[in-house]
Amino acid sequence: MEILMILVIGVIFTVSTYLILTKSLLRVVIGVIMLGHGAHLLLLTLSGLKQGAPPLLGEEAAAYADPLPQALILTAIVISFGVTAFLLVLAYRTYKVHKTDDLDQLRGSADE
Amino acid sequence: MSLLHLVILAPFVLAILVPFLYKYIRQVHTGWFVMILPFTLFIYFLQFLPNISRGETIHEQLPWIPSLGINFDVYVDGLGLLFGLLITGIGTLVVLYSIYYLYNKKKESLHNFYVYLLMFMGAMLGVVFSDNLMTLYIFWELTSLASSLLIAYWFHKERSRYGAQKSMLITVSGGFAMLAGFSLLYVMTGTFSIREIIAQADVIVTNPLFIPAMLFVLAGAFTKSAQFPFHIWLPDAMEAPTPVSAYLHSATMVKAGIYLVARLTPVFGIAPQWFWIVSGFGIFTLLWGSVSAIRQKDLKAILAFSTISQLGLIMALLGLGSAAFHYDVAAVGTLYYTATLAAVFHLINHATFKGSLFMIVGIVDHETGTRDIRKLGGLMAIMPITFTVALIGTLSMAGVPPFNGFLSKEMFFTAALNATTMDIFNMQTLGILFPVIAWIASIFTFAYCMLMFSRTFLGKFKPEKLEKEVHEAPIGLLIPPIVLASLVVIFGLFPNLLAYSIIEPTMASILPNVLAEGDRFYVNIYHWHGFNTELFMTIGVVIFGALVFLNLKKWAEATFFLKERDPLNWVYDNSLVWLVSGSIKVTNMQMTGLLRDYFVFMCVFIVGLMGYTMIKYNIFAIDLVNVAEVSPYIFILVIVLLATTVLLPFISHRITAIVATGVIGFLIALLFVVFRAPDLALTQLLVETVMVVLFLLAFYHLPELRKEKFTPRFKLTNLIVSIGVGLVVTVTALSAHAFSHANPIDPISDYFIKNSYDLAGGKNIVNVILVDFRGLDTMLEVLVLAIAALGIVVLIKLRMTGEEDV
Repeated sequence: MEILMILVIGVIFTVSTYLILTKSLLRVVIGVIMLGHGAHLLLLTLSGLKQGAPPLLGEEAAAYADPLPQALILTAIVISFGVTAFLLVLAYRTYKVHKTDDLDQLRGSADE
Repeated sequence: MSLLHLVILAPFVLAILVPFLYKYIRQVHTGWFVMILPFTLFIYFLQFLPNISRGETIHEQLPWIPSLGINFDVYVDGLGLLFGLLITGIGTLVVLYSIYYLYNKKKESLHNFYVYLLMFMGAMLGVVFSDNLMTLYIFWELTSLASSLLIAYWFHKERSRYGAQKSMLITVSGGFAMLAGFSLLYVMTGTFSIREIIAQADVIVTNPLFIPAMLFVLAGAFTKSAQFPFHIWLPDAMEAPTPVSAYLHSATMVKAGIYLVARLTPVFGIAPQWFWIVSGFGIFTLLWGSVSAIRQKDLKAILAFSTISQLGLIMALLGLGSAAFHYDVAAVGTLYYTATLAAVFHLINHATFKGSLFMIVGIVDHETGTRDIRKLGGLMAIMPITFTVALIGTLSMAGVPPFNGFLSKEMFFTAALNATTMDIFNMQTLGILFPVIAWIASIFTFAYCMLMFSRTFLGKFKPEKLEKEVHEAPIGLLIPPIVLASLVVIFGLFPNLLAYSIIEPTMASILPNVLAEGDRFYVNIYHWHGFNTELFMTIGVVIFGALVFLNLKKWAEATFFLKERDPLNWVYDNSLVWLVSGSIKVTNMQMTGLLRDYFVFMCVFIVGLMGYTMIKYNIFAIDLVNVAEVSPYIFILVIVLLATTVLLPFISHRITAIVATGVIGFLIALLFVVFRAPDLALTQLLVETVMVVLFLLAFYHLPELRKEKFTPRFKLTNLIVSIGVGLVVTVTALSAHAFSHANPIDPISDYFIKNSYDLAGGKNIVNVILVDFRGLDTMLEVLVLAIAALGIVVLIKLRMTGEEDV
């Protein structure tokens, strides 16, 4: 399972890097989201999959899945949500002002 | 901290006080306060003379950074003391001279001038008395800095700034090479102390780093002492006020390179490379400088090239002198010491006659308003004292008896002739070059001496070409050159005054270990050696020199004489231009202003770094073992996830793209469920739902996705970069997985599992960690969200008015 997940994560990273490198602002935003997904899965996978019951003490299991990476990932999900929302609005605003979403045309003036 | 340390630091302390003296005591010229210091120090150093002459040395320690072997160790021996006396002695005269030269207290920024001058004096003392290479280096660079500041003293002149930058660039880059050389010496010997390195000299000579260290050190010495091809900074340094030229650029600072070569001769002198490089560059510089000097029209430029040539002479002598290491003193006697002796003696003589000549040129410039030999002439009758001093200085420089310049020039010829008898380093065949080049260079030396003297003082007085009315200089300007000129005469008539007191101990510092214990160099300098080759060479120099001088007028129209600037300046000027345009090109190439390019740089860098580290330490490990079993329904989940992800870049419809992103998000939420992370799944579901809604809202205002118009090459680059990133992530993760499988480590989360209920009263461990154990983190996370929310509100609500570019 871990090997499979690692391969999936590799693909997600490849696709998200490719998307970030494109010209369209929207694709860049999607790329950033995908990068977040990849990172979350990577954290979870490397901490070991299915090592025990869900980390709820009510389960009264002998072993629990590692709760610490889960806490980290939870934080990361929320933060990346905030970042994505901000990016989206930024893209919207940029388009409104400059009438384009092409990053090539959005670059600063020549002497910068 | 001993008195010697304080002596070295004293100029720096006084430099701090100078601006206040200048500001608050305006009636007295600041120079008078400054002059006290070098004079006191000169007297202080003189009292070392008896002890040093007996062959004693003084060593004072002051730990600075002992853990790195860097200490402020002061070491006084013959060589150091000789330079110390030169620095303070000439320093006193130069300060006195500057008081009258920069007489206008209101117009000149004297506080700057004396601060720089004192900084230089202290740094120079530090260079010659440091026993530690690192302290020596620091003081060495300080002299470059002070020199550059002094050249740019009249900074409103463009030539001054050009000269300052040039001297700075050349000497500091040489100093940098020297630092590398010192570091290599440290690698070889494990110490920065010069005396300890000398003690290990016979061990390091076989080290493969020996030759690189030598070359780096010589680069420092040659740039500082204006040896070919680094000499080009010195003529441009003549933009400095004349007292500075007399002090830094003839008597002291440019001799720092000579000092370094002399000081490290015991370390490197045994190597044939040292012999050839030092003497070869020296003798060529001698020739180049003297030939260049005769085509100059500016008195200071003549003196600058003359200084270059004389420095080459001393350098060549030091190189020839290193051959003494190869001969047993018992077998050949003092034959090969003559070169070193001549070097030391000429060093002193050069400081006296060149110092006085620079001051004379300053006087001429000061009184007539020009230094151009085409405008000058006939000053003999108007400025008799200046004329007399100039005559003494010029004749000494030309090598005419009975002045000290004659003695050292004779000795130089002797040394060059002795070199032909050497039977080492191929000298049997090439040795003859030394006396021949020396002789030719001396002819030109004689010619330019005659040129500058006769064009200034003889001939017809041309008042119509001068802006000022000419009269004899004030007495304050005349005293320093008179003192130096009398030294020229005294050393010429009684050279043995110097022989025992300072030349012998200096030679002992340059050539240690060649004498038996308790023995000393018996130096005896006298005028008349009988009718030997040297005498005939001198007579030849006078005759041919006069011939060259008399024919100068005839040749004056030749292209060689019309071009005053050294052709090597072309290299410097152009490389500076190339450097600037090259860096602009590189910067433009890299700073494209496109976010995508920057992202590519980052990715390539990280991929390169990770890849390099992995290959270098060979930490690939692939362990295909699966801890968790693969259930078939997960297979389906993963395949759908993979397919959606791979398709994502190809989608050209925005709604499809949003939906696909949403699908991926929900699939990952499902994976979280499978992987026993209910809280993650819940959060992910919630976030993903909101996200899709947000996307749809925002996309309503955004344009349709267009087909990417990339060139195939660009597309390929993007593809390679993304695949590289993906590969590195995969390989890293695989290796980490294999590693953790091979070396299981106890997770640190046991603490949370054990204590979550007892300490926090919660059964959901993840939640407890977030809101209790790491509560502060979560609070700040909320803050981040708040900031993002504020940003969003501002971006939506903001209405720019006016013409501002958003």
